[in-house]
Amino acid sequence: MIESIKYIIPELFIVLFTLSYLTLSVLSNGKTLVAYSNNISAIFLLLASAIVLTQDISPDPVMNGFYSSNAFTSFFKVLILTLSALILHLSDDYLKKNNLQIFEFPLLANFSIVGMMIIVSANDLLSLYIGIEMQSLSLYILASFSRDNAKSTEAGLKYFILGALSSGLLLYGISLVYGTTGSTQFHLIYDTIMYSDSLLGLQVGMVFIISSIAFKFSAFPFHMWTPDVYEGAPTPVTAFMAVVPKLAIGAMFAKVLFDVFGGIAHNWQLVLVFLSGGSMIVGALGAIAQTNIKRMLAFSSIGHVGFALMGLASVSPEGLSGFIIYLFLYSIMMIGVFAFILNMEKDGVLVTDIYLLAQFSEKRPGVSFALTLLLFSLAGIPPLAGFICKLYVFMATINSGLIYLALVGAIASVIGAFYYLRIVYIIYFMEKETKLDGRMPFTHLCILFLASAAIVIGTYNLLGVEPLTRAAAQSLIY
Amino acid sequence: MTFILSLITFLPLLGAAIISLFVQGSDLRASENAKRVSLVTSLFVFFLSIFLLSQFDYTNAGFQFVEEFLWLGFFNYKLGIDGISISLVLLTASIMPIVFLSSWGINKRVKEFLIAFLLLETLMIGVFVSLDLFLFYVFFEAGLIPMFLIIGIWGGKDRVFASFKFFLYTLLGSILMLIAMIVMWDVSGTTDITKLLNFKFDHKPMYFLGIFMPVGMQTFLWLAFFASFAVKLPMFPLHTWLPDAHVQAPTAGSVVLAAILLKMGGYGFLRFSLPMFYEASLYFQNFVFLLSIIAIVYTSLIALAQTDMKKLIAYSSVAHMGFVTVGVFSFNQQGLDGAVFQMLSHGFISAGLFLVVGVIYERTGSRDISSFGGLTNNMPSYAFVFMIFTLGNIGLPGTSGFIGEFLTLIGLFNENYIYAAIAALGVILSACYALFLYKRMMFGDLIKESIKRIADLSLREKFCLYPFVILIIFLGFYPVIVLDVFSPSLELLIEGLE
Repeated sequence: MIESIKYIIPELFIVLFTLSYLTLSVLSNGKTLVAYSNNISAIFLLLASAIVLTQDISPDPVMNGFYSSNAFTSFFKVLILTLSALILHLSDDYLKKNNLQIFEFPLLANFSIVGMMIIVSANDLLSLYIGIEMQSLSLYILASFSRDNAKSTEAGLKYFILGALSSGLLLYGISLVYGTTGSTQFHLIYDTIMYSDSLLGLQVGMVFIISSIAFKFSAFPFHMWTPDVYEGAPTPVTAFMAVVPKLAIGAMFAKVLFDVFGGIAHNWQLVLVFLSGGSMIVGALGAIAQTNIKRMLAFSSIGHVGFALMGLASVSPEGLSGFIIYLFLYSIMMIGVFAFILNMEKDGVLVTDIYLLAQFSEKRPGVSFALTLLLFSLAGIPPLAGFICKLYVFMATINSGLIYLALVGAIASVIGAFYYLRIVYIIYFMEKETKLDGRMPFTHLCILFLASAAIVIGTYNLLGVEPLTRAAAQSLIY
Repeated sequence: MTFILSLITFLPLLGAAIISLFVQGSDLRASENAKRVSLVTSLFVFFLSIFLLSQFDYTNAGFQFVEEFLWLGFFNYKLGIDGISISLVLLTASIMPIVFLSSWGINKRVKEFLIAFLLLETLMIGVFVSLDLFLFYVFFEAGLIPMFLIIGIWGGKDRVFASFKFFLYTLLGSILMLIAMIVMWDVSGTTDITKLLNFKFDHKPMYFLGIFMPVGMQTFLWLAFFASFAVKLPMFPLHTWLPDAHVQAPTAGSVVLAAILLKMGGYGFLRFSLPMFYEASLYFQNFVFLLSIIAIVYTSLIALAQTDMKKLIAYSSVAHMGFVTVGVFSFNQQGLDGAVFQMLSHGFISAGLFLVVGVIYERTGSRDISSFGGLTNNMPSYAFVFMIFTLGNIGLPGTSGFIGEFLTLIGLFNENYIYAAIAALGVILSACYALFLYKRMMFGDLIKESIKRIADLSLREKFCLYPFVILIIFLGFYPVIVLDVFSPSLELLIEGLE
């Protein structure tokens, strides 16, 4: 038992850091370290991701089947930790300007990140549940972090009530699955399914579990909370929620579907097709009418979730690898976009109205160009990386004979292109004298430019992640 | 020598990089420098493509100068040209220097303007030289970005509407094509166009999603490609984006759009629809004929009623592209020869026409036909140039327009003489609207106050326009010089069909 502790060193590392930082801050009355807390946390997260890279991996579940540590989990953990570190750094400036800089912010984020690492690594429905709760509870608080703002508290409350409901669904589903199969461990359930024929309770449980995960993933028809919460939450939290949990929940979604219910793929394939197609359509149509950029990105993320789910719906190694590639590139594009949004200011006041971007290209041509590249990539216009990852999921879908889903995706991407183009139009064509200040801290600029450079370079070899995702996909499919 | 196609394709991109990195500032001198860089780059591309032609083996109908690199595993970076593509590469390379020369007068965001056009040149050449399905798609689709920005930033009053319409119309078509491409890859296991040309896609009647497919899988593959190319070409009834885009685009944008971008549709039919889905093409032949003939007659009639010069020429473009599609779908040597020839000839004529409209728009700020009249009095050289382009547009014997229309009509006649007879009406109608336009603008007395002092062509404008005049007449008398280039490849294509 004690030797398997080496598989959870990164998690322990973050938890220990967070707890000791909490103690220190409380003892010092929360004042001494507060100015650096975000950046210190970011550095520790990067250290943790370095630990993940050097960590032992094992093909079999560890800790008596409670946990797993393999190529798949390492890939996602490194991604989650690095992106979280970047977002914590990006948030710093915003929090300072809005008098939100209190030491709890990075610490709550850290707890949520540990939750996500547990989610990614879980090999048991119970560890999965612990991870999800840990991640969600921190996010509920973060969403209402701007206490004096009615929208923010509303967002937190909304998210909490709906999230609690979905957790209830998850627990109910887990108990049904346990009742039918007699186990909560992924590989044991998988084996039981392979050798049994009465699966009614299991199927019901499976649907409950999938619904709950779809809620966390903000997939149609469980997407309702997304626009409100994204809009109400403070922008750094929105950035965090739009990027990092998507990776963790996505990884877990893939894992639950393939590792637990892999034997009855024919039962969930249609559910996934429904989730995917619906999300793409809702995401594309919903975003058209939005003028708040955060709300628009909420719909955009729903749409992208739909595209990513096309990969899972195709039930094949290619689809799985396409799914992972999609999530990876999506998170890179989103972090670039948010690096910009966090700095949208007019006369020193933070704004989110997209029409205030008018004529921004005259003020900051470089920034506008980088942002435009990201938007075109999000719209899936070749040759940018956003196109290539769409191509991957489309190919997997068609390969599995789901041409109609691919057609839905095609139509959704045309509609989707419209609202990304609208931002480009506002930045470049619109003749209105409401220029943003256009100031960006140097590191934020770097992140924006690196993200857009990444999606340009990504067209050549997808930043070398393709073999990694193949390995990750392989370790998932028995 | 091995990399000459890559060099030609990406040289404009290098020019764009030079402008964005080394030309600093936005003052007059910087923009002059940027203009010089872009002109020199495009001239380099032009000379390289001439060199390419000199190395081109006329007797070899297959693909030449092939280069291939691995890219992302399942699809490759593969370039190569045959007779059809080299003609269109030459067309692109010869029009771009003139585009840059003609936009010397632009003064709004000059650097970005030139970068967009250089990028567009790379993408357009890329479309014609790529020999991989997905590579073709990447070039084909990426061309939307610069064109969207060109119309949207440097366009006229309603440019936003026009740019969005252009973008979304084309995107819808191409995404359907993308899905068809993935299906092709899925079925054949390759994305290499040379291999796909020899692959037989299933054409047994079947049901798909409950819909009857008369020529099997080829039905929806053909329809998906058709959706994309018919929008691009454009064919009736998908042509409505074109007049909007043309009217709003800046002169240089219109020239590129009419002369080169539209040809991608025709090229696509020749490269994909015809050889790869022959049975479906045969099945849909009458459908295409019908649409083309409606386009020829209907858009010619609309052109008669226009009051905006650019709109008139845009509609006449749709009519002339109708000849290209009837030529392509007549499946015989004359028809195909005529289609490619018509694409080249229309490239020069429409480019010339949009340039002459641009000249007068720059002087007066108006494109309304009724605000002109009697221009011959003050602008004799202008009137001469305009005359040649008008005659070319009509298809008068002795101009290149005649050869293209004549050959395509012969091709069509072999297939269906009734259609041919109706299509021939288009020639008469084109004479009506083109000469009517010429009459209203050029003849009569110079009575309008606003144009009394209008100046004739400047030296720069002559440099832009005379090459086209010479080419149109030269090709009209000596068409064999280009027919020799692409005929063998078309012959091979037809042989492959049977």
